[in-house]
Amino acid sequence: MASKDRQPFDNPVVEWFDSRLPIFTIMNKEYGTFPTPKNFNYFWNFGAIAMVMLITMIVTGIFLAMQYTAHEDMAFDSVQRIMRDVNWGWLLRYIHMNGASFFFIAVYIHIFRGMYYGSYKKPRELLWILGVAIFLLMMATAFMGYTLPWSQMSGWGATVITNLFSAIPVVGKPIVEFLWGGFSVDNPTLKRFFALHYLLPFVIVGVVFLHVWALHVTGSNNPTGIEPQTEKDTIPFHPFYTIKDTFGLMVFLLLFVLVTFYKPEIFAHSDHFVEYNPLQTPHHIVPEWYFLPFYAILRAITFDIGIPFTDVVFIEAKLGGVLAMFGAVGLLFVMPWLDFSPVRSARYRPAFKKFLLFLVFGFFVLMYVGAETADALLGPSLESKIPFLGFVNHIPVVKDIPMGYVGLAFTAYHFFFFLVVLPYLSKYEKTKPLPKSINEAVLEKNKSGA
Amino acid sequence: MRPLIKSIAIICVITLVGFSASRVQASSEGDTPLPNKTWHFDGALGSFDKAALQRGFKIYKQVCSTCHSMKQMYYRDLTGLGYTGDEVKAIASEFTVMDGPNDEGEMFERAGLPSDHFVSPFANTKAAAYANNGAVPPDLSLITKARAGGPTYVYSVLTGYEETPHDMEGKILAGQHYNKYMKGHIIAMAAPLSDGIIAYEDGSPETLEQYAEDVSTFLHWASDPHMQQRKRLGIKVFLYLLAFAGVMYATKRKVWFDKH
Repeated sequence: MASKDRQPFDNPVVEWFDSRLPIFTIMNKEYGTFPTPKNFNYFWNFGAIAMVMLITMIVTGIFLAMQYTAHEDMAFDSVQRIMRDVNWGWLLRYIHMNGASFFFIAVYIHIFRGMYYGSYKKPRELLWILGVAIFLLMMATAFMGYTLPWSQMSGWGATVITNLFSAIPVVGKPIVEFLWGGFSVDNPTLKRFFALHYLLPFVIVGVVFLHVWALHVTGSNNPTGIEPQTEKDTIPFHPFYTIKDTFGLMVFLLLFVLVTFYKPEIFAHSDHFVEYNPLQTPHHIVPEWYFLPFYAILRAITFDIGIPFTDVVFIEAKLGGVLAMFGAVGLLFVMPWLDFSPVRSARYRPAFKKFLLFLVFGFFVLMYVGAETADALLGPSLESKIPFLGFVNHIPVVKDIPMGYVGLAFTAYHFFFFLVVLPYLSKYEKTKPLPKSINEAVLEKNKSGA
Repeated sequence: MRPLIKSIAIICVITLVGFSASRVQASSEGDTPLPNKTWHFDGALGSFDKAALQRGFKIYKQVCSTCHSMKQMYYRDLTGLGYTGDEVKAIASEFTVMDGPNDEGEMFERAGLPSDHFVSPFANTKAAAYANNGAVPPDLSLITKARAGGPTYVYSVLTGYEETPHDMEGKILAGQHYNKYMKGHIIAMAAPLSDGIIAYEDGSPETLEQYAEDVSTFLHWASDPHMQQRKRLGIKVFLYLLAFAGVMYATKRKVWFDKH
């Protein structure tokens, strides 16, 4: 690769190695002197944090797999054995099960960062698409991992999610039976989910490699969204961002440690501690929190789509929900083309900023709706769960709005944002003037700050 | 930087509210909310009172274990309650365990050992259902994790037996009982505890409330036997990371000194 313009190293051992395989040169180029915009804020930590969480998950996961038994009669007990009898097994498992949540927290913030500062735009479209692919792979991996403890929530969660594919016309049912390896979620399902749960993280590592590679071709975006032009705009990655990332990582890990050691079951439903019983459905099947917004979108479509006032149905409600859910994620792939505004950063796009922050608000609302029972009403739900919003239960009409309608409204907004707002704003938004360079923006801010 | 830090803070708060909301179990109409009860093992440094654990185990052994298994437990785990190795051996030997096959190919019975699992009261779930009017008594190894409310839920159900209210009359069949805190208020288990049914040697009050508190403590320990170790290690890890974060922050300030 860069062997011709290689600088020799002083250390003879390093030099011997590097002249044969220039790993040191590449590391130095990509992580040492790599010119990086000097105006990153703390949102730029979350890529590195997500990487650390991925490694944490793989390392703890490998050790857990040494003790875990993927068999319907033994899976639940083998997890209990890890928690009780395996040396430090409880620690490995608590890190792994809460690590999944914190991995998603880091990745959701990372995705938000990309949206807010326009990191998906030309020339970083492929970088963004690879990122969305990682997100999808993470969802698949997390879902299958959740099945492995073979609890009530595991088995029934797997039943609900795999059944989604049965909504596909004609081939739906055969596909579901193919996924199950039988006629219900059973031993073959557990075993293949375990095999895939072990495989997919390494696929993620591969895609992460491509993601980072693409990043190092285009260089990082930055809060102004304008490209670095002179050397004044950039600083070497090391030591400036290695130090800053480590500090950010420590703060993140402090929160992770608090949960892992003091509230290790905060993300887990009580039915996750009861062994799977295929003959007894739990009262309320809910997925993990990071799936709740998409679960709410899935359940928001409760009506058939066809020609009004006739019996002609094009899309049944179930299929509609599945399409909406996959569509909601799928839109991320085409986001670089739905938004063609020349200005990247929301700092200089006042209208885009408001719509985007409302999308984030909608994400949290959908998360709340996803955790609710299907027949819940707005007023009583808020009163029992978010006491300071309890007054809603005293407003007539509003209090009787079914949560499903709230979910539908924010589902509609999600699609409205991507399909209408983004193209419209790209054309008509009045953006603020951009700074001439990153350096100028930094100097300007320091002046106003001091 | 300011508005960003603010927005991060807002996101954190919203997220936490979201999590706590999703943790709250959906309570259908008519469910009685659990009382607010504090436990001596709550908190970042809370540990189990071994005397309470031993009393709780006594109640489990004399009352609960006639119907409820604790399949995940070994007798050797009882050293965690403060029993010595010899005491555990003595406790285990009170039980009869089916072992085998021996050299002649026969199954045989022997006295329990510390390395044995807790002996279950029924051979299998069919036998358990048959003996209990069709309702299988749940395994108690993980019961405080497997029910929303944890030890408070167990305590509430044990103390929640009351006279059947008028509006519930006729809904409760033979072999069923009214319980204030049970989902739907109907429970198959008859009130297992009442004042004075078990003698305490350490002078603790022999009341229903004390019994319920002790057995809930024991069951919570059984669900989470490494709680104390976890909390103690957590403090060390947290303080280490806090110090390291401080060092990193100072280093960052120094490295970035003239770059802002």
